[in-house]
Amino acid sequence: MVGAKAPKFSIQDFTIHFGNVAALKNLTLDIFCNEIFTIIGPANSGKSSLLQSLNRLNDLNAAYRKSGKILLDGTNIDELEVESLRKRVSIVFALPFPLPLSIFDNIAYGPRMHGIKNKAKLAGIVENSLRESYLWDEVKDRLHIPAMNLSGGQQQRLCIARILAVEPEVIMFDEPTSGLDPISTARVEETLRVLKERYTIILVTNNVAQAARVGDRTAFVLMGELVELNETKRLFTTAVDKRTDDYITGKFG
Amino acid sequence: MNVQVEQKIAFSILFLCTLLVVVPVLIILVIIFVKGAGALNLGFLFEMPTNGMTEGGIFPAILGTLYLVLGALFFAVPLGVLSAIYLVEYSQETVLSRIVKLAIVNLAGVPSVVYGLFGLGIFVLFLGFGASILSGSLTLGIMILPVIITSSREALESVPQSFRIVSLSLGASKWQTIRHSVLPHALPGILTGTILGIGRAAGETAPILFTVAAFYLPKLPQSMFDQTMALPYHLYVISTQVPGIPETIRYGTALVLLLLVLIMNLAAIILRYQFRRRKKW
Repeated sequence: MVGAKAPKFSIQDFTIHFGNVAALKNLTLDIFCNEIFTIIGPANSGKSSLLQSLNRLNDLNAAYRKSGKILLDGTNIDELEVESLRKRVSIVFALPFPLPLSIFDNIAYGPRMHGIKNKAKLAGIVENSLRESYLWDEVKDRLHIPAMNLSGGQQQRLCIARILAVEPEVIMFDEPTSGLDPISTARVEETLRVLKERYTIILVTNNVAQAARVGDRTAFVLMGELVELNETKRLFTTAVDKRTDDYITGKFG
Repeated sequence: MNVQVEQKIAFSILFLCTLLVVVPVLIILVIIFVKGAGALNLGFLFEMPTNGMTEGGIFPAILGTLYLVLGALFFAVPLGVLSAIYLVEYSQETVLSRIVKLAIVNLAGVPSVVYGLFGLGIFVLFLGFGASILSGSLTLGIMILPVIITSSREALESVPQSFRIVSLSLGASKWQTIRHSVLPHALPGILTGTILGIGRAAGETAPILFTVAAFYLPKLPQSMFDQTMALPYHLYVISTQVPGIPETIRYGTALVLLLLVLIMNLAAIILRYQFRRRKKW
């Protein structure tokens, strides 16, 4: 693949403060196309803050301060129009947040905001997105019921479909299965593996086993600092730093 | 004390308080209805007053109040809703924005006669609109502005933050987010504010006293620069200023004012119900 070695995201000496509290300290790492990049670490170690910096959702927080650079395909994200950045870099939140609309309108929301009005085209996008997130067969006969009527696992896949509909390049998952049962979790993980063929996936998870199952590379973050970053298999077999070893074997955290 | 007994006492006190609020309202309604219903007929509603207002209808006053309420809403609803959007969605939490919010809340407590004098000074005299429907509508509009801003703000603030975040995270602009993911869900609350505004604008006498209301006009207003009769002022006039008005006409006028407000509220409530039914969370 052309440019497979050029990083999708290049994070350079990136630091985040909320007010006086440092959430992330001098992070430097690259994330490549078509990999599942997993970030593990205990709660409050800055994982979610990093994700929300990558598509500048943190800008909504008045206490947010940052230093350092984040490059997307070599361009500083601060120089991009924020709407187009967020279209390219999507996020799936820990809790599924369906909008109070029908299933169809939830998924068509993004494309409509980006100017697609043609009904046939929208219907095509909705169907494709639902197929890609493995929800189509379950909802194809009731696209016009409120999305809030779906089960938790279905809602989370709806949120994935909603993101696929805007054709992003990077999809970030912020603990996407923390509220789901094991079967729904397995389905979401399966979706991740398929999606990585065409997207760059960044997965933040509290669940160490999940990182081991689906991650290509894994970063361990602790108290806002990158402790260790390696191929997932290596990290889980031969962690260099003792803290990493302790965390993944469940000795603390 | 026994928990069950305690609970019963608490419930009884709460129920009595509620009753205390409801009963006087009901008594007023019943008295007005019983004494005024006799006057209600098509002639009363759609004819001009005759014979020094002791006979005939109250059509000019009904029409005037309709004009004034619609005029007040025309000025206050867009201005109020837009400034509420600004305050909730755009303004940063600064000392200035806090002062503005405090000022709006306090405006709601200003006595209506003060609004009347303000309207007289600004619209009637300074801007030269004279005593006219325009001046009256503007004055009433300013009077109900705080009510509309406050309820619109509350409605906007009650829309879950997640709707905004989801919309923004899909690449929608801030305005698209407000337009498609916030405003539709705030509409029922905004309409509640409008309903309250209708009631106040229709019922107040003091703000229209100096700005628009006429004691008696032989013909209907021809433009928004004309004076008009209005129900609350008309009620005041025929109850206290002109002797010899039959009681049925006085109570009939009160009843019509009451019904007019109720009908306008009902329309807004039906509209609100329609929006709420679409609410899916």
